[in-house]
Amino acid sequence: MKKLLIALVALVPTLAFASGSSVHLESANIDLNDTESLQRGLDLFQHNCSGCHSTQYQRYSRVADDLGISLDDMREKFMFDADAKPGDLMENSIPEDAAAKWFGATPPDLTLVARVRGEDWIYTYLKGFYKDENRPFGVNNIVFPSVGMPHVLEHLQGIPVKEVVKQEDGTEVTTIVATGGSLNAEEYDQVVRDITGFLVYSGDPVKLERESLGWWVMGFLFIFLVLTYLLKKEYWRDVH
Amino acid sequence: MIKNLVDWIDARIPMTATYNRHVGQYATPKNFNFWYFFGSLAMLVLVNQFLTGIWLTMNYVPTAEGAFASIEYIMRDVEYGWLLRYMHSTGASAFFVVIYLHMFRGLIYGSYQKPRELLWLFGMLIFLVLMAEAFMGYLLPWGQMSYWGAQVIISLFGAIPFIGDDLTLWIRGDFVVSGATLNRFFALHVIALPLVLVVLVFLHLIALHEVGSNNPDGIEIKKNKDENGWPIDGIPFHPYYTVKDIFGTACFLIIFCYVLFFMPEGGGYFLEGPNFEAANSMKTPEHIAPVWYFTPFYAILRAIPDKLFGVMGMGLAIAVLFVLPWLDRCKVKSVRYRSLTHKLNLAQFAVSFVILGYLGAVPATPELTIAARVFTLTYFGFFFFLWLYSKNEKTKPVPERLTH
Repeated sequence: MKKLLIALVALVPTLAFASGSSVHLESANIDLNDTESLQRGLDLFQHNCSGCHSTQYQRYSRVADDLGISLDDMREKFMFDADAKPGDLMENSIPEDAAAKWFGATPPDLTLVARVRGEDWIYTYLKGFYKDENRPFGVNNIVFPSVGMPHVLEHLQGIPVKEVVKQEDGTEVTTIVATGGSLNAEEYDQVVRDITGFLVYSGDPVKLERESLGWWVMGFLFIFLVLTYLLKKEYWRDVH
Repeated sequence: MIKNLVDWIDARIPMTATYNRHVGQYATPKNFNFWYFFGSLAMLVLVNQFLTGIWLTMNYVPTAEGAFASIEYIMRDVEYGWLLRYMHSTGASAFFVVIYLHMFRGLIYGSYQKPRELLWLFGMLIFLVLMAEAFMGYLLPWGQMSYWGAQVIISLFGAIPFIGDDLTLWIRGDFVVSGATLNRFFALHVIALPLVLVVLVFLHLIALHEVGSNNPDGIEIKKNKDENGWPIDGIPFHPYYTVKDIFGTACFLIIFCYVLFFMPEGGGYFLEGPNFEAANSMKTPEHIAPVWYFTPFYAILRAIPDKLFGVMGMGLAIAVLFVLPWLDRCKVKSVRYRSLTHKLNLAQFAVSFVILGYLGAVPATPELTIAARVFTLTYFGFFFFLWLYSKNEKTKPVPERLTH
C-alpha cells in the first residue's frame, strides 16, 4: 500500500515537469538519526546560507535541543545577531528590500523548503550549479534554470563546469565537474548531504518523535483490536 | 437512589424513552456487514474534527499576516500542537474517505429508496456542507495551494451570467483572495458551517431512526414482527452494534493513526507540498490542483470546454445525486437481487469516479482531457441508464427474511 502510494506520488511531479525540462534528481539519502551530520548541516547553513536565507519558523533553542548542542555553543558559534536570545526565531537575514534589489528576488525563507521541494531536489540543486558567463553571478543551475543566487559553496566545490556526454544509445547525460575547490567530489557530496539533512530536519523537526510515538500507538491499537474483536464475538454469540 | 434520580429526570424530560428509542431498543437488522461501519466512523471523525479544531483555534491567528506563521507555531512550539494539527488535517481526508464509502454503501444496497428519500437528502446536504467546510478550512493555513486553490474555485462563480462578477466579489470581500476572505472563511469554518452540520447530522439520525436502517438484503425487518411487536430479524443497537462499531473503530484507527504518525502529508495528497510555502499573490504555483476529495468534480469541470457549462457540469454531478431516489424506479433495493445490468452500471460508476479523481489531480494533457470527457459521460451515464432500465428491471426474487 505504502509502495503504491509512493509510486503514485512519484508519478505526479514527473507529470508536473513533463511540460518543462525534466531533470533527474539524485537521491539525497539523508539520515535524520545522524546527529553529527545534522550538526555539520547547521554549521554549514549558518555560515554559508543564513546571511541571506532565514529559517524564521524555528527557534535557536529548539534546534540546539534537538541537535544536541549546548545553548552556549549555539550562542557562540551559530547566533550572529548580538541582540538575539536563544528563544528567538532564526530570522537573521538581510532586509527583504535590499535583497530584492541585489538579487532580483527576495531569497526565500528555507525552514520548510524540504517539504515544498523535497530532499532530493535540494541535494541536486546544491550540486547543480555550473559556470555560465551569461548569468549575473556567472553561474546557472540545472534544476533551477536562471536562478538568481550565486554559487555560495564555490570555495568548497570549486568552479563547476557542465558537460553533456552523449551515450551510445543516443541519450544525453549531464555531468558537472568541478576543479579548484578545497574539497574533492565525495567530500562535497557529504557537505551537501549535511545541509540537506539539516533542512529536512527544519521542515519537520518532530518527525523522529512522531514516529517513535507512532509505534506505541500502533502497538496499543493492535491490542485494542484483539480485545474489541473478542468483546464483539462474546456479545454476538446469541445472535443467530 | 439511581432509580429515583432517573425517575425524577424522566418525569421532566423523556430521558429513558429517548435512550430506548435511539439506542437501547432501536431495532437494527442483524446482518450488517463492514459497509455499515462508515456511518458511525463518520460521527467519530466529526467529533475528532470538532475537538482538534477547538484546540487549534486557541493558537491559530486568522489574519493574512499571521496565519501561516501561526500554523508553524502550532506545529513547533505548542505542546503536541503537531499532533492536533495532523489529527485535524488527516481527519479532513479521512472524513471524505469515510463519507464516500458511506454513500457508496447507500448506492449498492438502495438505502436511498422509499421510505428513506429524506434520510438520503439530509445525507446529501451533509455532504454539500462538508465540501464547503473543507474548502474553507483549506484556505486557513494560508499556503500557496490554499490561496490559489481558493482563487481558482471562487473565480468559477464568475462564470455565472450577469451576477457572476459581483458574486465573486461578494464571496471574497475583495477583488482578489485576501485577508478579508480569510477572516470570513475562518468565521464560516469554525462557527456557521459546524452548526449547520450538527443540525443536519441530528436530522439525519432522526430520519434514520424513524424509518429504520436498511441492510445488505434491502428488505424491511419491520415486516416480520413477533408477538411483542419486535422485528424477528432485529437486534437492539446497544449492545450489539455498539460493540461491533468499537471493533470497526479499532480497524479504522489503525489505518488513520498509521497515516497520522508515519505519512501525515498522505503522499502529498492530504497536505500538498506547495502549501508549505506561504501564500504569495504575485507567484502562481506551477500546477494548481484541489485536494484529492474534490478532484473527481474538478476533472468534470475541466473536461467541459466552456467555463459556464463546466461549472454547470460540476454542479450537476453533485445535484444529480440528490434526485437519485426518484431516478431509480426499481422496487428492489439491494444489488444482491438486482439485474446484471445494474451491477455492471454500479461498477462502472465506481471506476469512473476513481479515475476522474485521478484525472482531476494531474495536469491536463490533450489525451487526459479526452479521457476525462469519456469518464464524465460514464459518470452521468450511470444516472441516465439507471433511470432507463430500472422501471422494467429483471430482478431476482427477494427473500422474506434476512440471509447472512
